[in-house]
Amino acid sequence: MAATKIRWGDTLDEDDSLPTNTIIGPDKQGVKIITTYKKNDKGETVKVVTKTRVSRVQRKIFDVAAERKSRLRRFGEATKEQAGDSVTVQQAEDIPFERVQKTRQTTEEKRAEKEDLRSALQGSDKSAVVGSLRDMLYRRRMERQLALARGQIAAPERPPDEDSDASTLPQAGSKPGGYVPPSRRAGATMSDGDSMRRREENSVRVTNLSEDTREDDLRELFSPFGPISRIYIAYDRETGESRGFAFVNFVHREDAARAVAKLDGHGYDNLILRVEFAAPRAERA
Amino acid sequence: MRPYLLKGHERPLTQLKYNREGDLLFSCAKDHHPTLWFSEDGARIGTYIGHNGAVNTCDVSMDSTRLLTGSSDSSAKLWEVETGRNVFTFKYKAPCRAVSFSIDEQLAALSTDPFMTTTPVINIVRISEDPSEQSDEPVQRLTGFSKKINRVTFTDLNTVLISAGEDGIVRRWDVETGKVKEEAQLHDKEIRDMQLYMDGTHMVTASVDKMVKLVDTQTLEVLKSFNTDRPANAAALSPIFDQVLIGGGQDAADVTTTSDRAGGFQSRFIHKIFMEEIGSVRGHFGPINAVAFRPDGRSFATGGEDGYIRINHFDNDYLSGRFL
Repeated sequence: MAATKIRWGDTLDEDDSLPTNTIIGPDKQGVKIITTYKKNDKGETVKVVTKTRVSRVQRKIFDVAAERKSRLRRFGEATKEQAGDSVTVQQAEDIPFERVQKTRQTTEEKRAEKEDLRSALQGSDKSAVVGSLRDMLYRRRMERQLALARGQIAAPERPPDEDSDASTLPQAGSKPGGYVPPSRRAGATMSDGDSMRRREENSVRVTNLSEDTREDDLRELFSPFGPISRIYIAYDRETGESRGFAFVNFVHREDAARAVAKLDGHGYDNLILRVEFAAPRAERA
Repeated sequence: MRPYLLKGHERPLTQLKYNREGDLLFSCAKDHHPTLWFSEDGARIGTYIGHNGAVNTCDVSMDSTRLLTGSSDSSAKLWEVETGRNVFTFKYKAPCRAVSFSIDEQLAALSTDPFMTTTPVINIVRISEDPSEQSDEPVQRLTGFSKKINRVTFTDLNTVLISAGEDGIVRRWDVETGKVKEEAQLHDKEIRDMQLYMDGTHMVTASVDKMVKLVDTQTLEVLKSFNTDRPANAAALSPIFDQVLIGGGQDAADVTTTSDRAGGFQSRFIHKIFMEEIGSVRGHFGPINAVAFRPDGRSFATGGEDGYIRINHFDNDYLSGRFL
């Protein structure tokens, strides 16, 4: 058979039509999956799957305005406008509405507040104070402050701020004011590996979260218990929605334990939270 | 918020105005072409060509069919909004600084600046239904000013005209007799902007003396005053929240000596009752000359000395009242 002649097997391959393109969705979460097939340069069939999230935005406008929009024709300078003129541009950068922060308390104000608290707590019957969780958390924090003031407990670790005395700053480095790694600061007793293990122990898993919960909300909820080193909310990769659980890492295990004790079963955004210590990595695997 | 930047003007903006439904935005600048935009996506619809000087001000009729503009070329022009056709020209001997339609649009007030030997005047003209019968003969002339008048507005069923100007005085005029009914020295320096609340009961004035004041329309009594720490060029009242939007910033002449942060070129939101600053939105590279709230309160526009107009649609967390 002549080499130039096309064999029927080859022609069949050439004619092999591409599978039909499919569009699935959008489903309940608004995810639309578009599957398309195409040939690349080498003649191979390539399957392209595109997942997109579809969202509907409903807006009400006046009938007059809608009618006007369809009727209006360009005039004046606008008729000479080219596509590349970019008279109107939407800024790529997101400009936030910057809320004004309340001015920080001065040292005098803080001291006065502490005095107030001391006198207030002196006569209060602890069991009589029944209130919402928020109140209780606040009371606890205040009690801790009070105990601190009396010297009953050690001061919690905190970054130095301008209110604190210069003499209390950690001075472990050769130069005063130079950077000192946390593990070498005064009061740090554990090695790096140890602190790593500890950190994992202090991780709290929060489940049954509402989808609208953001990091800041969790911070607000958990920060009364003590310093937090990290908050992680799991988001769905496709939809970008929260998957309903999060991890909160506390600096101190005691704080984590109290958070678990207090917040497990706490109602939050119409859902009942489940708060527990996160299982160590090895167990989870 | 991802604002729309409208670069249609080559010179500083002077005034921004929404129509009643809020779908159209009119802008005036010191270049010669007032411009019409869609307020939703900022698309330019057209420019009104005919003025030969800086356009100081504009006003749009309730039904969005007619636009009145006042210019430093000593004229004011009446336009057909949708075609950009110039219907009529009012000719004066001095720059036209402020214009305003009356509530029924039968009348319009046009103020002219002091110029050479002429003193400032507010001319009240009759606006006829048929543009061909339009005349520029004033039906009333309000005189007795020595400084320019920056804003005028009708109130009290068109029996009273309120004027505010360079002398810091706000006056209530009887339109019938042409006499001053009340006047009050509200500011030490020039009043740059005066905008009524949507129900007309009170208004806000912005002045170079760094003060923004909330004023009773009937009595000219100062209800609230805010010190903004910087010259205030424009102020508007939110139709849905108790908020005042203030635009301003350092004088254009001093701008190069300061950074854009220190200059205070943000649009600032202040609570109308507690007089506390709620927040701010940055963006302009120079002082803000004009601000306007869309009538539904969900969006606002600012116009700067930098020649840009910025249309900001509020995010949901602003609208849900989290910032109140």
